[in-house]
Amino acid sequence: MSDTHAQTVAFVREGMLDQQPPPTREAGTVKWVRENLFPTWLNAILTIVSLYVIWVVVSTFVMWAFSPTWNATSLSECRQMLEELGRSTETACWGVIRDRWEQLLFGFYPSDLYWRPTVALIVLLAGLGPVLFGTFPRWFMGFSLASPFLIFLLLWGGPIWLPLTVALGFGLGVVAFRVFSRVNQIVAVLVAIVIPLLYWLLLAWPLASELARVMPIGLEPVQSKQFGGFMLSIVIGVTAIVLSLPLGILLALGRASNLFIVTKLSVVFIEIIRGVPLIVWLFTASLLLNYFLPPGTNFDLTLRVIIMVTLFSAAYIAEVVRGGLSAVPKGQYEGANSLGLSYWQSMQLIVLPQALKISIPGIVNTFIGLFKDTTLVLFIGLLDPLGLINSIRASTDWNGIYWELYVFVALLFFVACFSMGRYSLHLEKKLQREHR
Amino acid sequence: MKKTVLFGTLTIAGLTAAAASAATLDDVKARGHLNCGVTTGLTGFAAPDANGVWEGFDVDVCRAVAAAIFGDKNAVEFVPTTGETRFTALSSGEIDLLARNTTWTFSRDTELKFDFVGVNYYDGQGFIVPKALGVTSAKDLDGATVCIQTGTTTELNLADYFRANNITYQPVPIQTNAEGQQQYLAGACDTYTTDASGLAATRATFENPEDHVLLPEIISKEPLGPLVRHGDNEWGDIAMWTLNALIAAEELGITSANIGEMSAAPTNNPEVNRLLGTEGELGAMIGLSNDWAKNAIMAGGNYGEIFERNIGENTPIGLARGLNAQWTDGGLLYSPPFR
Repeated sequence: MSDTHAQTVAFVREGMLDQQPPPTREAGTVKWVRENLFPTWLNAILTIVSLYVIWVVVSTFVMWAFSPTWNATSLSECRQMLEELGRSTETACWGVIRDRWEQLLFGFYPSDLYWRPTVALIVLLAGLGPVLFGTFPRWFMGFSLASPFLIFLLLWGGPIWLPLTVALGFGLGVVAFRVFSRVNQIVAVLVAIVIPLLYWLLLAWPLASELARVMPIGLEPVQSKQFGGFMLSIVIGVTAIVLSLPLGILLALGRASNLFIVTKLSVVFIEIIRGVPLIVWLFTASLLLNYFLPPGTNFDLTLRVIIMVTLFSAAYIAEVVRGGLSAVPKGQYEGANSLGLSYWQSMQLIVLPQALKISIPGIVNTFIGLFKDTTLVLFIGLLDPLGLINSIRASTDWNGIYWELYVFVALLFFVACFSMGRYSLHLEKKLQREHR
Repeated sequence: MKKTVLFGTLTIAGLTAAAASAATLDDVKARGHLNCGVTTGLTGFAAPDANGVWEGFDVDVCRAVAAAIFGDKNAVEFVPTTGETRFTALSSGEIDLLARNTTWTFSRDTELKFDFVGVNYYDGQGFIVPKALGVTSAKDLDGATVCIQTGTTTELNLADYFRANNITYQPVPIQTNAEGQQQYLAGACDTYTTDASGLAATRATFENPEDHVLLPEIISKEPLGPLVRHGDNEWGDIAMWTLNALIAAEELGITSANIGEMSAAPTNNPEVNRLLGTEGELGAMIGLSNDWAKNAIMAGGNYGEIFERNIGENTPIGLARGLNAQWTDGGLLYSPPFR
């Protein structure tokens, strides 16, 4: 039988064939290009047109941006340099950035004190570390708590006693809470609010002035009038972000609460603040308040702006968080109640962690919008980066400059906003619990 | 001033006790510096340099007033104001003096309750056109597209002028002067109109300024001057007579170069002596030291020197004196006598 087979079949392969590479057009780059860029005639045409458009945009920008004019001291010198090189004068003049970058970053902050805002930024980032990433040793949390006072001292200067005495108020509150919580929770909360308030209103200022008189230790004071440029945007933006998150969460809880007055007050606050454009609130802060305040008070304009921006953003955050709260299934609330948790416990342990996780993209989105909205302060005469662009262009050296300054400022804002967006993605991934 | 502590804590940084009360001079003296409102940036009139030091034609008026009061031209803080915030800043007491190329008009002087203390620049609205357009008079602009800043008096003046001359135009609305420059250069409009000083400054930034001309017609009166709050005449007098001192100094031939010599001993011109305080007691009459005018003039020179340094013919802006020459040279500057 064995040879029958050999006679009926002319050829039998005895070894396995080696695996063949797929045809060139079905593999690697060629396949990717075929499938993604040129699958049909229409797509092929669109691809070519798009590539052409991209090429035109990029090459124009690069030709414009690549310009050895870093050392020019005025626009006319720039034009001269470019003419000597035989380049078109429609090319970027980067001398303005070299000349004014410090002003764009720090505004009118005294130039020998530029290290202070720089250190303040490092303190800010370090202080935010444990809050944002949560992988730091526990003692570092203490640094985070101290960082706002440190930053205040670095930016505004003055005797060190003021931030210290204010910080002491928080300490008093904590101590009062600890002491009275053995008696009664509600009493403890009230006492922990009232004692620091009384202390701040009555004691802290005289105490700070007295200490400053006895031991004048501190940094050279800088007025907030002298703040400007990107530093002003960061001061307004970061303060408003940090303060508006807790305020917004409280407002959202208030709006979702069963207590009649609390709900209505929250609704009224949110709707009024949200129903009016930010620029109107800024004009209110800068113009109307001047008339309402008693003559003789000169309420710091930067501070007024920070308060307005904080309230504005808190209203938005409240709505974002409310969305998160309604997305938490009703069973979670009921489960928390059935465990016998109090309202605050159930919020803190069950509801808010879930609600906030859902709200992360919305919250970060609001913050990015808020940060960019800080440029609106140019309309009330504060010299933020955009306001400074106008001032810089008003000097005879740089009058006529346009895009270079905007490109520079756009880059600064892009870095800040893009990092916030990336952080939000990171946080979402880290907190992802479902669908694993 | 009783401050609550929380309030104090928050505002410690930026607070000085400025008051909108009657005795502005006392407040300014107690504070130790003058708060002067300027623009957030206008070429030649006010702009910070790379070190954040304000410079310009309006800025020098502020410095002169500060020098008249304190003998120190740097005893002044500049508060950048926008078109919207400038008047509130002044009436609320945030600033003591507004030198922000503001046009002196009836309603601003009366209804808004300010006092203009004089005119430091006589401006007027003009047109700039490319030479290639072949236009030599604004009356030839029939059917032209005009770049015009919205919401300004220039817009109204333009409409009035074209209607009075029975010609038509197409407005191209723009927001800021910088945008106007860009649009005009990009050919979005045949002509750009704003104050003539602004047009000159704009033209100076062009790559080929000689390709553009300013038309001879000036279609509006824009007397620009510093102003103070209505109701404190003593303070208004100080600002007014400081400005007059700068103008008179030019007329009398007092410059920053020869002022040391002229104020050292009485000269044989009694008005110079009265102005520089070597004779008479003019300073005491306005509550200042007797060398107030000398200090004001030493701050930045006389009117002519300030003009030449900031916007004059040797600067890139290159404005001629024109209406802003002394009355003896056919201009409108005319200081009342110091007597």
